[in-house]
Amino acid sequence: MKLTPVLSANWADEKPWTIDGYGGDYSAARKALTTMEPDAVIAMVKDSGLRGRGGAGFPTGSKWSFIPQGDGKPHYLVVNADESEPGTCKDIPLMLANPHMLVEGIVITCFAIRSNLAFIYVRGEVLHVVRRVQAAVAEAYEKGLLGKNLFGTGFDLEVVVHAGAGAYICGEETALLDSLEGYRGQPRLRPPFPAIAGLYASPTVVNNVESIASVPPIINRGVEWFKTMGREKSPGFTLYSLSGHVTRPGQYEAPLGVTLRELLDLAGGVREGHELKFWTPGGSSTPLLTADHLDSPLDYEGMTEAGSMLGTKALQIFDETTCVVRAALRWTEFYAHESCGKCTPCREGTFWMVQILERLEAGDADDSDVDTLLDACDNILGRAFCALADGAVSPITSSVQFFRSEYVAHWENGGCPFDPAAATLFAPAGAST
Amino acid sequence: MLSDETRRLAPEIVARYPKPRSALLPLLHLVQSDEGYVSPEGIALCAEVLDLTKAEVSAVSTFYTMYKRKPVGDYHVGVCTNTLCAVMGGDAIYDALKEHTGITTQNGVTDDGKVSLEHIECNAACDFAPVMMVNWEFFDNQTPESARILVDSLRSGAPVKPTRGADTVCTWREAERVLAGYHDGRADEGVAAGPATLEGLKLANERGDKA
Repeated sequence: MKLTPVLSANWADEKPWTIDGYGGDYSAARKALTTMEPDAVIAMVKDSGLRGRGGAGFPTGSKWSFIPQGDGKPHYLVVNADESEPGTCKDIPLMLANPHMLVEGIVITCFAIRSNLAFIYVRGEVLHVVRRVQAAVAEAYEKGLLGKNLFGTGFDLEVVVHAGAGAYICGEETALLDSLEGYRGQPRLRPPFPAIAGLYASPTVVNNVESIASVPPIINRGVEWFKTMGREKSPGFTLYSLSGHVTRPGQYEAPLGVTLRELLDLAGGVREGHELKFWTPGGSSTPLLTADHLDSPLDYEGMTEAGSMLGTKALQIFDETTCVVRAALRWTEFYAHESCGKCTPCREGTFWMVQILERLEAGDADDSDVDTLLDACDNILGRAFCALADGAVSPITSSVQFFRSEYVAHWENGGCPFDPAAATLFAPAGAST
Repeated sequence: MLSDETRRLAPEIVARYPKPRSALLPLLHLVQSDEGYVSPEGIALCAEVLDLTKAEVSAVSTFYTMYKRKPVGDYHVGVCTNTLCAVMGGDAIYDALKEHTGITTQNGVTDDGKVSLEHIECNAACDFAPVMMVNWEFFDNQTPESARILVDSLRSGAPVKPTRGADTVCTWREAERVLAGYHDGRADEGVAAGPATLEGLKLANERGDKA
């Protein structure tokens, strides 16, 4: 397996966050704007097979093609830079090191969908990333790469950097739009989809940072090149983020469809003296997998087949020192905190699941509590406006599926049988449960 | 009291957007940069410039965790206790800081007003777990000991350098001003990437792997 640094290729260069460090002059945007028709750009991205990197994997070019043209309404591009899915840590380093790749992608995308105003909605809790994105946008204006009459084509584009304020739900595209309109970030019922009635009820494309940043290299190097990487239905390169109990955690840019076994080999394996217990393929909202899934391709189809989802490719690795009940409880507390409150099953369900999991972790429970927990999951899954609710049940149902005996051990033991100190980064070498 | 400068900047922020109400989030950041929290006067200002009721503004501000109902410290310390960081040591760090600072409540402040403490959700730096934030700058790969030293430095006024961020941590109010959309000219400070960020690229270069 070959690594394929594209988005990350310049990250170790001198000041890669500046235009000079980025290597230049937005040559892909120039090519698109001066030699291509907008529809040809959409067709090219469609042909490339690029799929959204924010979790859902929807084909990016198709999303763009849903924007009605000649409708007389303003069109908007909203970049979802609200990276908050637990375990996910790819867009933040991308914007910190290489914000111009995002801005160039925005120029090309806006040209394609005929938008003259784009927003970058960055989560607020990443000050230096906000600075780097603000500076990149300002530098692009100075160099005439944003603003009026780009590349002499008559195409105008304004970009506004907008900082969020600490709400996971705003990573959900319709909640993000409500938030950007100055409301509480709560998801909207669809249809209508944002492509028809998005920001200010106008046609809007909402794309993830990594998706947009992947566009300039596709324009520059072509569809065939892009398709040399990845698999038929999941072509291209992508950022895999390894974290947790792994020897060398970090960002590994590789073709879609690599396996966790291959990535772990590159990353030096699970931390020394320990073995893999469970992992998430794409954040906490994607069902947990185990060592039995080490050879499943990490692409959209492969992960569905394995019973999970590719999500954000956030590979959180947990070894045998980790209590899965503790992990599930903590994630459930997260979903309860971040539930926006709009839909009753999610608002009430996550609250009650925390109560049950607390008793389970304390060992003050029995089989019927696990059944009640699963029953609550059944009543939440698919019964809310957005995917937060579905995500909330993933760690619970998958942990019970693979580790029911560990739940049992908690009440048989009268408490958690694990030593949390053994799982820490600063645990003495060789510590065990 | 809100400064004249804040009152002058507010309409400027509104002008960034096609529809005024979109300015509400940055306006609330601006209010915090001036008052140190979302003050009643700040809510009134937002309502006035956006032609909303104060109740409408409060309804929005209370939805978002970053908007504070009471003043936080000059240095607001966040410890990630979402699952991965918690397991890797975030829980131990948070416990150590509660004990060390005497802060027992979420967003509580030390008596000297210097430091406040919050357990935070995933801050998108999981490859550097356990992670802490000070005024939303990254402090990667922390331990209980490094966290105590960090907080002591913040309280003593010694300059503190984030792992991936500006050369020194600015105050919480200064950070909020950047989030309101007023760049402080510090983007060129600090590193492009931390060691974990570059692991894959380093390996690709060693192996001669290219896309």
